[in-house]
Amino acid sequence: MTRLAIRRLACGPWLSLAAAALLLAVLPALFASSAALNFLGFVMVIALAALGWNLLAGYGGQFSFGHAAFFGMGAYAMALLQVRLGLNPWLALPVAVALGGLTGLATGFLSFRAGLRGSYFALVTLAFAEVFRILANAMAFTGGAAGVLVPLRIGAAQFQFADKATFYWVALGFVIAAMALTRLVERSRFGAQLVAVRENEEAARALGVDTVRVKLKAITLSGAVTAAAGCLYAQKSLYLDANIAFGPWISVEALLAPIIGGLGTVFGPLAGTFLLLGLGEGTKTLLATLTGSAVPGADLVLFGALLILAVAFAPRGIMGVVAGAAARIGGAR
Amino acid sequence: MLKAEILLAALANGLLTGAVYALIALGLTLVYGVLHIINFAHGATLTAAMFAVYVAHQTFGIDPYLAIPLLAPLFFGLGYSLQRWVIGPASHGDDGNILLVTLGLSIVIENALLAVFRSDTRSIEVPYGFEVVELGPLILSLPKVIAFAGAFAVAGLLWLVIARSDIGKAIRAVAKEKTGAALCGIPVGHVYAVTFGIGAACLAVAACLLMPTFLVNPRIGNAFVLVAFTIVVLGGMGSIGGALAGGLIIGVVESLSGLYLGESLGQIGIFLIFLVVLLFRPTGLFGARA
Amino acid sequence: MSAPILECRGVTMRFGGLVAIDGADLAVETGEITGLIGPNGAGKTTLFTVISGFQRPSAGRVLFEGTDVTALPAHRRAAAGIARTFQIVQPFAGLDVRENITVGAYLRHAARTEALAHAEAVAERVGLGPMLDRPAAALTIAGRKRLELARALATEPRLLLLDEVLAGLNPSEIRDMIPVIRRIRDEGVTILIVEHVMQAVMQLCDRVHVLAQGRMIAAGRPAEIAADPGVIEAYLGHGAAARMRAHGVAPSEAAVPAAAGGADA
Repeated sequence: MTRLAIRRLACGPWLSLAAAALLLAVLPALFASSAALNFLGFVMVIALAALGWNLLAGYGGQFSFGHAAFFGMGAYAMALLQVRLGLNPWLALPVAVALGGLTGLATGFLSFRAGLRGSYFALVTLAFAEVFRILANAMAFTGGAAGVLVPLRIGAAQFQFADKATFYWVALGFVIAAMALTRLVERSRFGAQLVAVRENEEAARALGVDTVRVKLKAITLSGAVTAAAGCLYAQKSLYLDANIAFGPWISVEALLAPIIGGLGTVFGPLAGTFLLLGLGEGTKTLLATLTGSAVPGADLVLFGALLILAVAFAPRGIMGVVAGAAARIGGAR
Repeated sequence: MLKAEILLAALANGLLTGAVYALIALGLTLVYGVLHIINFAHGATLTAAMFAVYVAHQTFGIDPYLAIPLLAPLFFGLGYSLQRWVIGPASHGDDGNILLVTLGLSIVIENALLAVFRSDTRSIEVPYGFEVVELGPLILSLPKVIAFAGAFAVAGLLWLVIARSDIGKAIRAVAKEKTGAALCGIPVGHVYAVTFGIGAACLAVAACLLMPTFLVNPRIGNAFVLVAFTIVVLGGMGSIGGALAGGLIIGVVESLSGLYLGESLGQIGIFLIFLVVLLFRPTGLFGARA
Repeated sequence: MSAPILECRGVTMRFGGLVAIDGADLAVETGEITGLIGPNGAGKTTLFTVISGFQRPSAGRVLFEGTDVTALPAHRRAAAGIARTFQIVQPFAGLDVRENITVGAYLRHAARTEALAHAEAVAERVGLGPMLDRPAAALTIAGRKRLELARALATEPRLLLLDEVLAGLNPSEIRDMIPVIRRIRDEGVTILIVEHVMQAVMQLCDRVHVLAQGRMIAAGRPAEIAADPGVIEAYLGHGAAARMRAHGVAPSEAAVPAAAGGADA
């Protein structure tokens, strides 16, 4: 192999990320309508949550059904630290992200210590999210069923952006950072050990991998990234209640996007979110024009069907389909 | 301290509700015991069954109890088909995939119901809806007593089928050792599907017994699904007797925690039991296999 | 002679009422290839899982380089220098050969480039060099056995536990594998090997221990073991040694092929 080829291989993983960042950064120039920018901003929030889920499930093979626990923790912490303690959102952000990581660590500590895997782990995470949802709905500190309002104070210093494009760029920054983190993990010892745990825990232990520790590290990172998505959500909508922040919808979208986009890949969660939310919006609009009124749940029916189809026919998601097509084109040449 | 009568009434109501919970958990535990997977679409299937009872009553004027012989076979067929032609083929025999496919199914069913029936909460009115049975100091709702008895009847029937019939033998063989069973000529795919069908039929019966006193909306299954999982885990995965006992316990716990903690926090008791059992005693109270 | 690298003292393993290993003693001398043989169900693999830390023994101790490691979990033992292969190969099926071996290499090389380079070197040593980019799932049985070996070697162990690395291979594959194992020993790795292919045990091992029904019944040089009446009886049943003497068959000639044949069945 020539030196140049080696250099290119080493840079490739980062070049593709930089190229994607550039491409995404110019999107607001092409889609300038308020609805489009709103949509793009929302895609970034969900993609960030999905990137967090992907770190644990895509690389570590631990399928959580309750990432709402981390999303909600981030969102509520972000809002409450401002409202109750008067903290500046830029200070609240790292605290909220750390709390999300801690929630992940605590959840993981309890589940992985008990040796829970597969369906059991999925169920336990779901139950944790539900416990949080009920608590947030009942406690006075969180605003109870009425939820919590973040007072409107527009300005970069307050992490509130009047311009939707600006919010999108900020959120994009978070997404690119999470993708870079994913790439770093992928190319590290920790990442290799995490993948080994996914593939075969026993064999990993035989090779000196402390599987519990690796999984704990992964769920902590995962929780922190998904909590960051919750923070963005809080600043975007400026309103939270328990069913939004800790509701099953976010657990489902955080897991669907990576599965459809490509599990255990850097680009999968983002690609999946674009496809998922794009199709969802498309279906809603189409059905609304066809029937004259909104049909609730139609987008979710589609999501559920996509999940089944992806598991059945495209286990490696969009990224797998793209890789397969690229290989075929390359092979045909 | 609350009065003894109130406590007694809460206990009795808990037991009555618990029996129906047990019935819902029976199907789940059976599927778990045989396929060793958790059917995530269980709650959504129950919602579908409850809407079926609702439609049968509102559109065709069929009494919920009379709907049992109609809906049980219908849902057996539905469960059979889902496992045979959707869940089985789509998951390529991988447990993680089954979990995802059944999650996908639950999302589809729940939201299809939402699209058709919207998010309104509905209930049906039956002439005997407010009839009561007096038992010493207790005044119990008649439909709930019927549901209690029905749940035990179904559990007994299920036990008979599993213990005595040929298909029951095949189910037990597949549960123990599916490769061996396949080598003996037992059609494993068919047995899986039958098990799924029985689980769905149990839900149909549960729906018929529930509807005279319960409400239905597209998200109602969620409330039941974790309860059912809790019962299954508590009773020991795959155990029919365990599911019955677990159901009764959960019913009582829910009733009592509702009494002491109030409406909104009341549900938390169930989740806490679920977490504690899974995290600290995953073999269940009765020590069945994990 | 220096102290043994590995010692098992009175290791007992009970599963409910079943005693899989009953007070087994075993010493593995540094720099040697030690064989552990015995009829099916004798408890060899169970003893391996105890030595490698995948199971805690019900009683007894395991000493590695003079330190008691009985309470050490599997991954810590790997870090201490004990590596194992699995009787039923356990490749990371979704990864390619290079990635598989790199997981092992990461144990002592934190940097990615170093770990990758080390993994490639190990692959060359066991003859997997040309297959580095192959998916692990696409390897033949012989390839998977080599991968199992390569991954364990990549952790740079001082003691290597090989659990039937030759099982399922055809005679020519076995012939190719034997020098690979011998070379690993010559490079300074002590080896404990569970094996049913007796011809290989006789060729490879400096010393052999025999486990039957959970008890250590013999230990010694391969030739001594092959002639041991107790061992022959353990394999062929009560009275077999006496019958063979009566028929004028020298036990050392008969036991080896018979034992090997018995294991393949």
